[in-house]
Amino acid sequence: MSTETNPTRGITGDGAAQADRVANRRVRRILFGCAAITVLTTLAIFFVLIDNAVSYFYGLRFTEALLGASLEKSVTLTEFFTGTRWAPDHATPGHGILPIVFGTLSITVGAAFVSIPIGTATAIYLSEYASEGVRSKLKPTLEILAGIPTIVYGYFAIAFINPVVLSPIAETLFGIHLGRYSMLSGMLVVGIMTIPMVSSISEDAMSSVPDELRNGAYALGATKYDVSTRIVLPASISGVLASYILAVSRALGETMAVTLAAGFNAQITANPFDEIMTMTAYMVSMARGTSAVGTIEYQSLFAVGLVLFVMTLVMNLLNDRLKRRFQEEYR
Amino acid sequence: MMARDPDDRNPASKPRETEETDTTMATAQLEDELITTEVETGSTERAGRPDETVVATTGLTVHYGDDQALWDVDIEIPVHKVTAIIGPSGCGKSTFLRSINRMNDQIDGCRIGGELHFHGKNVYDEDVDPVALRRKIGMVFQKPNPFPKSIYDNVAYGLRVQGKDDEVDLDAAVEDALRGAALWDEVKDKLDESGLELSGGQQQRLCIARTIATDPEVLLMDEPTSALDPVAASKIEDLIDELVEEYTVVIVTHNMQQAARISDKTAVFLNGGELVEFDRTATIFENPADDRVEDYITGKFG
Ligand SMILES: Nc1ncnc2c1ncn2[C@@H]1O[C@H](COP(=O)(O)OP(=O)(O)OP(=O)(O)O)[C@@H](O)[C@H]1O
Ligand SMILES: [Mg+2]
Repeated sequence: MSTETNPTRGITGDGAAQADRVANRRVRRILFGCAAITVLTTLAIFFVLIDNAVSYFYGLRFTEALLGASLEKSVTLTEFFTGTRWAPDHATPGHGILPIVFGTLSITVGAAFVSIPIGTATAIYLSEYASEGVRSKLKPTLEILAGIPTIVYGYFAIAFINPVVLSPIAETLFGIHLGRYSMLSGMLVVGIMTIPMVSSISEDAMSSVPDELRNGAYALGATKYDVSTRIVLPASISGVLASYILAVSRALGETMAVTLAAGFNAQITANPFDEIMTMTAYMVSMARGTSAVGTIEYQSLFAVGLVLFVMTLVMNLLNDRLKRRFQEEYR
Repeated sequence: MMARDPDDRNPASKPRETEETDTTMATAQLEDELITTEVETGSTERAGRPDETVVATTGLTVHYGDDQALWDVDIEIPVHKVTAIIGPSGCGKSTFLRSINRMNDQIDGCRIGGELHFHGKNVYDEDVDPVALRRKIGMVFQKPNPFPKSIYDNVAYGLRVQGKDDEVDLDAAVEDALRGAALWDEVKDKLDESGLELSGGQQQRLCIARTIATDPEVLLMDEPTSALDPVAASKIEDLIDELVEEYTVVIVTHNMQQAARISDKTAVFLNGGELVEFDRTATIFENPADDRVEDYITGKFG
């Protein structure tokens, strides 16, 4: 059949199209491979955590148990989840995780009280009030703030926030002598660290609110404040809430800054000037401590890690839920 | 307020290709339109009221950065009448409308010169609060822009931000405004649903309802029907006819039939921002003084 009389020529597979399809398939495989790596890594981390955590509670790893070794109870789940003394490497060990969960949660909540209001206000200012000139300077500054290594924030807390800002306040107002570490210093430094996260993501969400909505409100005699709070904020609420959750997740898992700021004394206390210990701070101190790998006190690392992992996971799921709910509402 | 250099004031030196294509495309329809206009202009005259001026400009100029968009506009807009603004695309109709309620303040780099009086007060005086001004001069935009809120909250928004929600019965005010915008019957059972779920024409009437809910004196409308089908458009035209009993309406339109049908006075902007002629609508369409207006109306412009 000659090419001129074959009407399907050009749309059915000839050499070139075939080659295209093959290339297409290859690209798809490579892309899928990359996506698969992240999924596999997550699963691997989860598995290692569980495997080692099991040995904390039962004296041997999950994998060893599968191979037929016999279990010997070491730490009970009851003690772990309800005990109020955390000192796995002490001469008389305590295995109650509550003090360090308290440490992590108090820092997270305290930090949220700093980052959410300031971050949201900054985002509103940048998106609605700031002139082009101010915005073009402030935004990069915030991004620099977000890029500073967290250990630097830690030293900022230890060298400035705690001794220069908090110590005089504690001394003069409450008569408390402040040590090197304090819960409040941890809250503040983690809060400051996560402001750029809230402000930058919220600002993106607010800037993407169409100007027609703003103009509609201005034309009704709304003030800038009305437009910001009653039009822009509600219309961008899903992005704003997502930024909050991201900041909170970050605070939950924050390690270096909080270790240097809040300290290593696992205790439940209502005094913000006390030294406390977060889960991450415990993990840092244990990982670089003298306990031998495989001992119960060393394996506690993984049990704590698993709990932290689950807490972060819950935040992520919450994020998804909120996002979907508000997207429906404001679409 | 700004330098007025007589030399760069000659607008004829600017190229205006877009306008030419616009008008050539419309030529075919225009013969029809002219016939209709002659029949209909007379019927829209709203007699019996004195021609009191509510908005007046003297030497109004608008610059966007270095580009001048309006050149010395002098106009007197009568109260309780429909004033139509017509002219080719880009000649500054929206710019003029936005300068009346100071919405141009929202645009970076926009500068206003000359004077614009609302009830005799120059709205560009230092002591004028644009927020207060916009509460007296409402605006409906070309593209319907309901808020992502319920129908009820859309209409109540203006009253709420203006702090009038305590003084009035909000439910009644919302109903009145929706009735005024000829939308009540269509939405009375779903006031809690999002305004975004309405059709384009309903959304535009919602925007009108939202605007009249706060009871402004003047309604500015920037091509309010251009995004709508003819049925929805004619509903809005009927609505304007009723609204003008209570409000002063200034409407920008590209549709000359529409201008002829609904307006009492017509302003023709040409030449990249010049008010060329302003007169009774019947005069503009039947016997314009300026040849360029005649050419524009009959599609021979350019
Ligand atoms: N926000 C703005 N920034 C800069 N220039 C603008 C802006 N808005 C309008 N202009 C310019 O001002 C001139 C008039 O624009 P305007 O929107 O008032 O025209 P128009 O008559 O409403 O046109 P159309 O019929 O297409 O809506 C145009 O040259 C336009 O480019
Ligand atoms: Mg326009």
